[in-house]
Amino acid sequence: MDIFLQQLINGLTLGSIYGLIAIGYTMVFGIIGMVNFAHGDVFMVGTFTAFIMFLLLTTVLGITSIFLVLAIVLVVAMAFTGLVNWTIERAAYRPLRGSFRLAPMISAIGMSILLSNFVQVAQGPRNKALPPILPDVIVVWDSGNYQVTLAYKQILIMVVTVVLLAAFWWLVQKTPLGRAQRACEQDRKMAALLGVDVDRTISLTFVIGAALAAVAGVLYLTYYGVVNFADGFVPGVKAFTAAVLGGIGSLPGAVLGGLLIGLIETFWSAYFSIEYKDVAAFSILAITLVFMPQGLLGRPEVEKV
Amino acid sequence: MTATASPGTPGVLGAAIKDALISAVLTALLLTPLVGFRATEDGGGPLILTYRFGLVAIFAGIVAVLRLVLNLTLWRPGRTRVKRPPSPALVAFTDRIGTAAKPAFFVLLVIYPVLAVLASGGLGPSRYWIDIGIYILTYVMLGWGLNIVVGLAGLLDLGYVAFYAVGAYTFALLSTSVPVSDFFAGALGADFWRLWSFWVCLPACGLLAAMWGVILGFPVLRLRGDYLAIVTLAFGEIIRLVLINWVDLTNGGAGISSIPPITFFGIPFSSGDDGFAALFGLTFDPMHRNIFLYFIILGLAGLTAVATIRLRRMPVGRAWEALREDEIACRSLGINTTLTKLTAFSIGAMFGGFAGAFFAVRIRFVSPESFTFLESAVILAIVVLGGLGSQIGVAVSAILLIGGMEMLRNLTFLKSDWLLGPDFDPSLYRMLIFGFAMVAVMAWRPRGLVSSRLATIFLKQRKKVSADLVAEGHG
Amino acid sequence: MRSWDRDPILSVDHLSMRFGGLLAVGDVSFRVGRGEVTAVIGPNGAGKTTVFNCITGFYKPSMGRLALAQGVPASAAEIHDLTRMGRASVKTAGGSLHLLERLPDHKVASVAKVARTFQNIRLFSGMTALENLLVAQHMGLTESGLLSPAALFNLPSWRRKEEKAVHRAIQWLERINLLDRADDPAGELPYGDQRRLEIARAMCSDPVLLCLDEPAAGLNPRESLALNDLLRTIRNEFATSLLLIEHDMSVVMGISDHIIVLEYGRKIADGTPEEIRTDPRVIAAYLGVDEEAVEAVEAEVGI
Repeated sequence: MDIFLQQLINGLTLGSIYGLIAIGYTMVFGIIGMVNFAHGDVFMVGTFTAFIMFLLLTTVLGITSIFLVLAIVLVVAMAFTGLVNWTIERAAYRPLRGSFRLAPMISAIGMSILLSNFVQVAQGPRNKALPPILPDVIVVWDSGNYQVTLAYKQILIMVVTVVLLAAFWWLVQKTPLGRAQRACEQDRKMAALLGVDVDRTISLTFVIGAALAAVAGVLYLTYYGVVNFADGFVPGVKAFTAAVLGGIGSLPGAVLGGLLIGLIETFWSAYFSIEYKDVAAFSILAITLVFMPQGLLGRPEVEKV
Repeated sequence: MTATASPGTPGVLGAAIKDALISAVLTALLLTPLVGFRATEDGGGPLILTYRFGLVAIFAGIVAVLRLVLNLTLWRPGRTRVKRPPSPALVAFTDRIGTAAKPAFFVLLVIYPVLAVLASGGLGPSRYWIDIGIYILTYVMLGWGLNIVVGLAGLLDLGYVAFYAVGAYTFALLSTSVPVSDFFAGALGADFWRLWSFWVCLPACGLLAAMWGVILGFPVLRLRGDYLAIVTLAFGEIIRLVLINWVDLTNGGAGISSIPPITFFGIPFSSGDDGFAALFGLTFDPMHRNIFLYFIILGLAGLTAVATIRLRRMPVGRAWEALREDEIACRSLGINTTLTKLTAFSIGAMFGGFAGAFFAVRIRFVSPESFTFLESAVILAIVVLGGLGSQIGVAVSAILLIGGMEMLRNLTFLKSDWLLGPDFDPSLYRMLIFGFAMVAVMAWRPRGLVSSRLATIFLKQRKKVSADLVAEGHG
Repeated sequence: MRSWDRDPILSVDHLSMRFGGLLAVGDVSFRVGRGEVTAVIGPNGAGKTTVFNCITGFYKPSMGRLALAQGVPASAAEIHDLTRMGRASVKTAGGSLHLLERLPDHKVASVAKVARTFQNIRLFSGMTALENLLVAQHMGLTESGLLSPAALFNLPSWRRKEEKAVHRAIQWLERINLLDRADDPAGELPYGDQRRLEIARAMCSDPVLLCLDEPAAGLNPRESLALNDLLRTIRNEFATSLLLIEHDMSVVMGISDHIIVLEYGRKIADGTPEEIRTDPRVIAAYLGVDEEAVEAVEAEVGI
């Protein structure tokens, strides 16, 4: 019970991060029907930017308030990563829109390789570690031989996730942008005929997806304190798994899928084997796609004859 | 033509300068966080930031100048690209070259080792060129194998490297297995397995890979499009992770070493009296083995090519292409699409398995590191950049991509002090440029180098089918 | 007794198809006579294409039986026995009997020998006209398995088979006047030629029942005439029964032996063209109750 509770806390923390990345996949898939292979690496760029900003603010500018630092890091990382993804969409995907289906996918794979190797070249191949951020914990429950703890940073991660998801939800449900987005999802040509600026909507979708991935990056950095140029691929695939599990195209599904993947991963590591935790994630991906391609909250696809 | 669009007017120049400035600012913004700052270890102490704003400025300047030049020349507004239809004489000429190109290409491949030896002045110095030849041909073969799956049947497979790994590990495990060696030692002599393992295992590697193709393909082949791509990616990663973690069988990340080397059909390439050189009256040279390896991979790649040509003319090959064109129509004609997809998947896998066995016997060491997703991406890139379904295109793109990446190893000028310093490793740039090339080539030619399709049969004239008509498949 | 009741190639009984809460086809029964041209007509959304998709195996009906008798008519007892046995096909005296709703789509084509065309033409547009016709003969060419060694090594036995297939394809190309364009990609042909090529492709798979989904849609009058000729040739020269969905009344009335009218997923009439032409319910249903429109159609069909 005690271990279970601890894993539940850890799983939800990790799941929040996956959920934030998964939204980027699901939004892009929803609007242009493309799996954005580079999204995991966009997340990594967000994480690395956060890392550099953190160093800049603490060691160079000497800001001591951790919350102020985190707030600035968050804003800068979101803005910068959004700009990166905007550029990627403009340069690598938009020219290929409407052409051969494989082309954007190959372009995205190339972009993924480009981003991770760019960071490797620019920042070096080694792991970069930060001094621990918010190391304190609250003992939630003490069973005598095992203490269930809730770290301050875990609280921070969940609070930031919930607040940003709420803001994001408002954005896609209540604003003209959200309406334009949903219109483009339904029928891009018709939306364009009705005066929706499709290019701009797609660009903004990429920017929002990247901003949320950057949030995930900041939280990831806070949680693990380490960043590496190769850290985009595996969280990227897991977040994609989350998006698929939740039902690709569905925003609540992405969050739900993220939480589930986080929980499955931590419980699998705790109770079965930590070596095979990634195998578990990949297997869930395969099993979901084979047996339940519409996911938990997605719409089933009907074959037209 | 409007005033702003006419060449040479201040409008064009002004717009170009504005564009150049914007791109310079954008480049600077994009590069500042991760290039302008660098986190470095200060002799094991805490990380400190170093600044490279000069570098950012240089890149921003380069981008601005490039865009300015392009906007005033190639991308100048109002510039119409004159597209004249090629003259009939030229078409006839290129057709003649086209028919002559394939045999010429083949002859060139066969005499390549001779050319390499002559050009570099001896067996020893030719090693670099022979090895590059082997390396490129391995990817040509992998590209042709994957071409069956992606190019002909239209099934997007992002986990092709899994079958390459199955082939390599099958050979590595069987050839280093003591029980198997002992089993053959009783009947056929103690050295039998060491000398013959490759030739015995090669078909087994292909068959096992094909079997894995069926096992992995069966549940997933009803998925369509990107979903199939993702599942195959997941399978590729699962196989790699199992290879890493199943230490008892595969020795984990440390890999399997001391795989017996290739033999000339049982005759070892050794300096001893029973070696290849002694038996054929040559002076011993370790390069004999490399040249032999070159011919083996040439043979295997040739086998893949010939098999593909034959298969395309058979009902099953036509069914693959029909499947790529329209799956529903196939079903309405009584084609069992699952079975047809499975044959494409497993035949593609089989050639991957052959290539894997060859990889293991060439390097004599296998480890999971050789079978990452990146490898699958490279093979897929070769197929797509070459042009789906086109064998000659795939071969050319393998030569360009793999050869080009090999050339990039020699980017030593970057080590100069004014750029990145002597402690900089230029080979890091290979993958960076590779990724960039993938994006750029897709923007330039989304359909690859050779985009037209040749009919498999004709009554009067074999016509090229333009890429606009050829579907890319849905699975 | 009507000809289609005497010797039906296909007996549709109580066919229903439900999509979620929507009943697309409800309890439709009819017979398709052997060697006849049967047309299914009805207003848009009447469930015609759904019936077609059930017959050709693309949809599994929610309820109902689709019994196809190859060779000779099947007795009610034979159909009943097969239904009870739980199998999909059985050999009968002088032929075979298939329950189409139990066969996967590709077996409806390969075993029960039901071929079809599509409302939106589905040719293999990147393959040549000749290749399209060869793909359709896939089943005949792969009796010895998908990867017959004879084909792989191009042995004489295989070459003879291939020659026969090519010969057959050429005959069909001649019949549809496309021999000159045999080596052109199907996607480059004019629309009317594509329609006829799709029919020829379906015929190359040797069907006993050919289902045509709006074969005249989008054709100009000249192409429409050529189509009529082709359909007549098929009926007169081959042992193939035809079932077609059509809006073009001149095609329907000109070549059908038997017409079935659907409205809102139910059958409202079933009979010879003359009977249908004068059936007031059909006129009302097909055209609404607008008097002028009724008169217009009466003028068109020539009452």
